[in-house]
Amino acid sequence: MPAQFLVNIFIAFLWVLFQDEDQFYITTFVTGFLVGIGILYVLHRFFGERFYLTRVVSIIKLISLFISELCQSSIQVLKLILSPKIEVTPGIIRYEINVRGEWEVPLLALLLILTPGSVVVEVTPEGDAFYIHAIDVTESREKLIKSLGKYERAIMEVTR
Amino acid sequence: MNVSEMIEWISVFLILIGAILAVISATGIIRFPDVYTRSHAATKSSTLAVLLTLSGVFIYFWAVESYFSVRFILGILFVFLTSPVSGHLITRAAYRSKVKMTESTVEDQLSDAIHEKEQIEGKGE
Repeated sequence: MPAQFLVNIFIAFLWVLFQDEDQFYITTFVTGFLVGIGILYVLHRFFGERFYLTRVVSIIKLISLFISELCQSSIQVLKLILSPKIEVTPGIIRYEINVRGEWEVPLLALLLILTPGSVVVEVTPEGDAFYIHAIDVTESREKLIKSLGKYERAIMEVTR
Repeated sequence: MNVSEMIEWISVFLILIGAILAVISATGIIRFPDVYTRSHAATKSSTLAVLLTLSGVFIYFWAVESYFSVRFILGILFVFLTSPVSGHLITRAAYRSKVKMTESTVEDQLSDAIHEKEQIEGKGE
């Protein structure tokens, strides 16, 4: 991945030098960078890796998913707070996670705490399951597990 | 009404919404029945409140004073990093020190895991 980025920067510098202008213009550099993206996209299968911008796209996807879920969860909690009588059926459920490693597990926990109706209470010492405190177990169990799967897929796209 | 004035109004609106959300989540901390449900109010809506307020200030300074401040973005980033961690740690510590859950709790799959471990540790001593 970083090799592709370095090649892209290199192409941009070459572009600037080939233009032979009297001074260094940022706009020329950006144009060269865009040309480099085009060249790398054509050539990326010869590197034997994924095209490096797909990772950037998946990071942006993850962030936008996260912000939309955060807004939904806040609205849900605010509705609960402002209802005249708070009737909740909380509970703690176990969820086996598919992500592994020092980056993926904390990232998933962080995202999960900021999603609708769920706080991670405990992570098993092996790091293979979460105990999640859900604010409405009876209602939102399926929804919670569905959004968990969505997060896991988005995280794996970024890190693998 | 020119563009910079409009952007000013947008940022004012964002800051107002953020302040209202902060007040509501503060009432939530008082109104919820136990510490686990309170942490829901403390982590989610207050994070969004801080996010909205800081982005409003950021937009204001960027549009009106034309001053691109990295510090506001860093502030948003660090609130995002720290508030879930503190929520997790508070609930974890509460569960470990056996704070009771509210009566309407329907399910608790964690108690088996923790109590089994405690029993094994007790035998070892």
